Amino acid sequence: MSEPKKVQGDLILSNITKSFGDFVAVDDLSLRIEQGSFFALLGPSGCGKTTTLRMMAGLEEPTSGKICIGDTDITDTKPYDRPVNTVFQNYALFPHLTIHENVAFGLRRRGVKEIDPAVEKVLNLVELAHLKNRKPSQLSGGQQQRIALARAIVNKPALLLLDEPLGALDLKLRRQMQIELKWIQTEVGITFVHVTHDQEEAMTMADTVAVMNNGKIEQMGSPADLYENPKTVFVANFLGQSNFIDGTLESSDGASVVANIQGTRITFPKARNNASGKDLKVGIRPEKFRLHSAGDSVNGNVLTGGIITDISFFGVSTQYLVEMAWKQELMVFEQNDGGAPDLEKGDAVTLSWEPQFTFALDANSN
Amino acid sequence: MAIARVGSSEKVYSPNKRSKRNAYLLLAPGLLWLLLFFVFPLLNLAETSTKTPSPTFETGEFVQSFRFANFIDAFLANQAQFYRSFTYALAATIIALAIAYPLAYSIAFRSGAWKNFLLILVIAPFFTSFLLRTLAWKQILGAEGPVVFILKFLGILPDGATITATAFSVILGLTYNFLPFMTLPIYASLDRLDYRLIEASGDLYANGATTFRKVTLPLSMPGVVAGTLLTFIPASGDYINAQLLGSPDNFMIGNVINSRFFRVVDYPTAAALSFTLMTTILILVIIYIRRSGTDELV
Repeated sequence: MSEPKKVQGDLILSNITKSFGDFVAVDDLSLRIEQGSFFALLGPSGCGKTTTLRMMAGLEEPTSGKICIGDTDITDTKPYDRPVNTVFQNYALFPHLTIHENVAFGLRRRGVKEIDPAVEKVLNLVELAHLKNRKPSQLSGGQQQRIALARAIVNKPALLLLDEPLGALDLKLRRQMQIELKWIQTEVGITFVHVTHDQEEAMTMADTVAVMNNGKIEQMGSPADLYENPKTVFVANFLGQSNFIDGTLESSDGASVVANIQGTRITFPKARNNASGKDLKVGIRPEKFRLHSAGDSVNGNVLTGGIITDISFFGVSTQYLVEMAWKQELMVFEQNDGGAPDLEKGDAVTLSWEPQFTFALDANSN
Repeated sequence: MAIARVGSSEKVYSPNKRSKRNAYLLLAPGLLWLLLFFVFPLLNLAETSTKTPSPTFETGEFVQSFRFANFIDAFLANQAQFYRSFTYALAATIIALAIAYPLAYSIAFRSGAWKNFLLILVIAPFFTSFLLRTLAWKQILGAEGPVVFILKFLGILPDGATITATAFSVILGLTYNFLPFMTLPIYASLDRLDYRLIEASGDLYANGATTFRKVTLPLSMPGVVAGTLLTFIPASGDYINAQLLGSPDNFMIGNVINSRFFRVVDYPTAAALSFTLMTTILILVIIYIRRSGTDELV
C-alpha cells in the first residue's frame, strides 16, 4: 500500500529457471536489459517468453535464479510491492470501474495525493481523456488497449511489461499502435519489455530483441543485427525467410572467407561466418538476390544455371522460385521498381548478391 | 439508397417484423403457463382476501363484500409474526452469506480437481426432501439427541434447557435449508470472474485484502444479490422450520397463513396475509436491488 521505494537501474535476470513439474519453461536464462530501453522478447508460443515476463511481474516465482532492478533484488518481492506494471494480453481492465477509476487504481493503492491531474495527463497522452467516465465495455479494442497502457504508465514504474499487447487488434490498428507505443516509450522514458511472437512487431519497436526458443535465448541484438547476421537457423527462419545452401569452407584470410557452395566459389566477410567447422549452411535472404537473364555478366557472388519455376506477384515485390542445377529451389524477391528484367516461367537465369549479405552457420545446426 | 428501394420496398419482407412475431410465438407457451398457474390463482387469492363469512355461518363459505379492512385486521392481529418472519429470515440470510461466500470462494478458486465433487456435495441435500431434512435436524437437536447430550455432559447446557423450540434452532434450520441457494449463485459469479483481473489488481499495488475488497467482491455482487434474494424470500415465507424446530413462540407468518387456511378455514384472512407478505417482500426486494446497484455490472 505504501509507495514502493524508488528502484532504478538495469533489469538483470541471473540464471533464471522455471519448471512446471517435469517441464522446463525457462532454462537458466540470464539477461540484462538497459534502463530506459525498449526490449522485445520474441519467440513462438511455448518458448517461455510469457513465463519470463510473468516472473518479472512477480506473477510466477522462479524455481531458481535472481531478478534485480539495479542493485535491488526483487526475486521474492510480491507483485504489489514491485515497481513493475503490466499491460495484459486481454487488457484486464476492471469492468466495474470507469476508465478514470481504472487508471487511478494503482495511484489510489499507493496513496498518491494528486490523483486527478495525473490521470488526466496520462489520458491526454493516449488521447482518450474524453472517455474517462465510460466503462471499459463501452470502448473499442484499440481504445481499451490504450487505457491498459495508460493504467500502467501512470504509476511511473521502473519497468513496464507488455504481454502481446497488440495481439487482439487488426493489422491496420496494430501498425498504428506500434508507432504510438514507440513514441510513448520515448516520451515517458520507462524501460519497456515487450513479449510478442510477431517478428515484425518486435523489429519495428524494440531497440534490442531477444529471440527465445525452448526456454533459452537463441540470440540477442539490434533488429538489424539479428536479421542480417543470424547466429542460428531458428533465428534466421523466425525473423523473415532465408535460403540455405550447403557448402564447405575453403579458405579464410584477413577479413573475408571463401566458400564453395554446390561447385560455385563465393566470398563473404569473416564476421558473417558463425560456423565453427568446415561444413556450412550458407544463408542468403530472398530479397538480397538479384535476378539476371542467363549469360549476362554480373559482379559479386554469382550462381548460374537457374530456371524460374514459379512467379507470384505481391504488389511491392514479386516472388520468384528458381530451381538450381542441384535441384534446390531458391526464393527470390525483386522490388517492382523496374530494376528486374522481364522474366517468365521457364526462363534461364543467373542469381547474384552482394557478399556482405551472406551469412554462414554450421551445417548441422538447426 | 432511397432510390434503390423504391421499386422493391413493397415486396421486401421486413426481417424486423418477422423476428418480432417469432419472439411472441416463442413467448406464448410461457405466457400461457404464467397466466394459468400464476395470474389466475393470484386473482383468485385477491378476490378471496376481501370476502366475509357467509350470513349462514357455514364453515368455509364466504361472500364477496369488498371488505378491505380484512387486510388491516389481519396485519394488526399478526404483527409479531410478521416482524419475526423478517428478523429470522434476515438472520438466516446473513449467516448463510457468511458461510456460503468463503465456501463458494474456495470451490471456485482453491479446490482444483475437487471442484465438481464439492459442487455435488453442495447440491446433495436436494436428493432428500426438505421436510425429511428438517425432521432430521429435529432429531439431532432434540432433547434426546446427541447435541444436547454432549452439551449437557460438558456442562455447557444447563439441565432442563433445550435447543429445539428456540429462535436459535429455527434460524439454524432456515440457514441450513437455504444454504445451497446462497452458495450456488455466488459460486457461479466467482467462477466466471476472470482471474487475470485479480492478477492485474496485484500488479497495480493492491495486496490480497485490497484486491478482494476492490475487485473480487464488487464483481461477485450479482451472485451475492441473487443468493441473498433466493434465501431471504423463501425463508421469510417458510413455516416448516418454525413448526418442526420451534415452539409457538417462534411461529412466523407462514405458520399463521398455514393454520388460517387449513385449520381455522379462514380463507379471507389467510389470503390477506399472503398478499401483505408478498407486497412487503416485493418492496424490500426492490429497495435492495436499487441500493445494491448491480444492474450496471456486466
